[in-house]
Amino acid sequence: MEKINSFLSFKKSTECLCARVECKILRSHLLREMEGAWEIAFVLFQVWLSIVVGLIVLPAMFGVSLGFTDIYIKVLVKTLEWATLRIQRGQKEQPTLPSQSANGIIEKDDGSMEEEIGELRRSHPKNLAGGDFTMCDAFYFCKKGIENIVEDQVTQRFTSEELASWNLLTRTNNNFRYISVRLTIIWGLGVFIRYCILLPLRITLAVIGLSWLVIGTTLVGLLPSCNAKNWLSDLVHITCYRICARGLSATIRYHNKENRPKKGGICVANHTSPIDIVILANDGCYAMVGQVHGGLMGVIQRSIVRSCPHVWFERSEMKDRHAVAKRLKDHIADKTKLPILIFPEGTCINNTSVMMFKKGSFEIGGTIYPVAIKYDPQFGDAFWNSAKYNMVSYLLRMMTSWAIVCNVWYLPPMTRQDGEDAVQFANRVKSAIAHQGGLVDLSWDGGLKREKVKESFKEEQQKMYSSMIVGSDFHEASVGPA
Amino acid sequence: MGSRASSLLREEDIEEIKKQTGFSHSQITRLYSRFHSLDKGENGALSREDFQRIPELAINPLGDRIINAFFPEGEDQVNFRGFMRTLAHFRPVEDNEKNKDPTSGEPLNSRTNKLFFAFQLYDLDRDDKISRDELLQVLEKVDVEQKMSIRFLH
Repeated sequence: MEKINSFLSFKKSTECLCARVECKILRSHLLREMEGAWEIAFVLFQVWLSIVVGLIVLPAMFGVSLGFTDIYIKVLVKTLEWATLRIQRGQKEQPTLPSQSANGIIEKDDGSMEEEIGELRRSHPKNLAGGDFTMCDAFYFCKKGIENIVEDQVTQRFTSEELASWNLLTRTNNNFRYISVRLTIIWGLGVFIRYCILLPLRITLAVIGLSWLVIGTTLVGLLPSCNAKNWLSDLVHITCYRICARGLSATIRYHNKENRPKKGGICVANHTSPIDIVILANDGCYAMVGQVHGGLMGVIQRSIVRSCPHVWFERSEMKDRHAVAKRLKDHIADKTKLPILIFPEGTCINNTSVMMFKKGSFEIGGTIYPVAIKYDPQFGDAFWNSAKYNMVSYLLRMMTSWAIVCNVWYLPPMTRQDGEDAVQFANRVKSAIAHQGGLVDLSWDGGLKREKVKESFKEEQQKMYSSMIVGSDFHEASVGPA
Repeated sequence: MGSRASSLLREEDIEEIKKQTGFSHSQITRLYSRFHSLDKGENGALSREDFQRIPELAINPLGDRIINAFFPEGEDQVNFRGFMRTLAHFRPVEDNEKNKDPTSGEPLNSRTNKLFFAFQLYDLDRDDKISRDELLQVLEKVDVEQKMSIRFLH
């Protein structure tokens, strides 16, 4: 009995041992296979990285183009033209499909308050004493009000521009892919190319670019102040921004390079997105101005300020306008420092118009170098709608667009003239930029994105109308010597 | 961007609004995108705050009264139907507009309805009364059809 028990237990223990050994062998097999897989993956990654570095990063850093982007853009343009024709054909066949029109919803009369109300009162006998009130005056305000409810000049600037024709991205239009099978296939192919080929490539480039910026500027920051340091700092900055620009498939055309901002000046531009900085810094070095952030932004801010002086403000400092103005004045007084880059609108606008320039930047003095930036919406919508998307989802949208194509115009430098105050000067610069970029020149404040209109504007309208009712004689009398 | 909103509007609704207001199919879809973009709360209805967010309307001396005209008595929300009914008052009058359904009553954009809309702006307590003489004057001499019409593009 005992012998059998011990035999059984012996059998059991050997079986256990065998099982354990088998397990170990299996595990080491698996590990080796996994290691093998890891090795293959690692090798692939290295190959990928060297292709990216060799064919994209290095040429980008030296400003050399291998022509890939040009070919890509040409193919893209042809494809989009074909898609547009296909859609138009589809619309003729099915007339119930809504046609997208870049025109407005209504046609407006552009007369002033006096002209329009004057017309309304045509049939009314004129009061000899001047001034008048007629009940039909209300028609003018009523019609204007309803027109603004249907279509107004301001709220449309805070959302992306509507395209006249579809560009094969569902984010611009949801309905068009159901027109024909071929169109759907092309759209599907586009999705694959954008998300599986372009997106990883662009993320790699962005990571390389930003790491190079942080590492490079920290290294340069270790050097003592000298000409070589400035030169190296410029080199690091430009090469990094060039890599980032490739990371967005950005095609930028610079016009009038002779007007490029010089040291000791202030560069002002219209603001559409954070990418504006990358666009401008591809062709020159600027000192950035902004608030101190935390996180990744903060890391970048702290490292780039080591290699050359940028102007970073704490949140509390921003409220003191004199302190801000003084720091900027000191910066531009030093002719060895780079020109400051400022976006006077204060917020991102959708690149169809230029909104009010805040006068703060125009009170500092110095030479203003205006720059107009216009993106081509056909290839990708660059506008950052900060109410809808946070920074990360915005960057992902950028990296999954077709490309960023834009034009940059350098305008001749301007200075404040005698008898002109900061607000008038700001408006003059704004008109020049709007005119060059083909944008609508608005005097509305970009801050209306989040805040309500100031009461004073309403009071202005009331004053204008009341001077019509009360009459010019009374008005002159009240405006007499104060 | 604009056409994304149109997928929330059903064909039957568009047909009904077309019959009631006389707007064309494409006009209705575009006005729906506008309605949708004004509706920040995304609950299918506009509140008074949504209207006041339009700066040019906020500085209009009659702005508040115009906004009030959209909201029926005692209500704080206006849906798309109500929005379109009010806007329909401002459609231009077309001389060759055949009244397809004689029992449907006067179209929303008739001269009388336009005048009634303007009347409402003065009649704050909604008791249907303002001075008779002044109203007669307005009725006689002003080209109401033109002054209270907006040219909607097709």
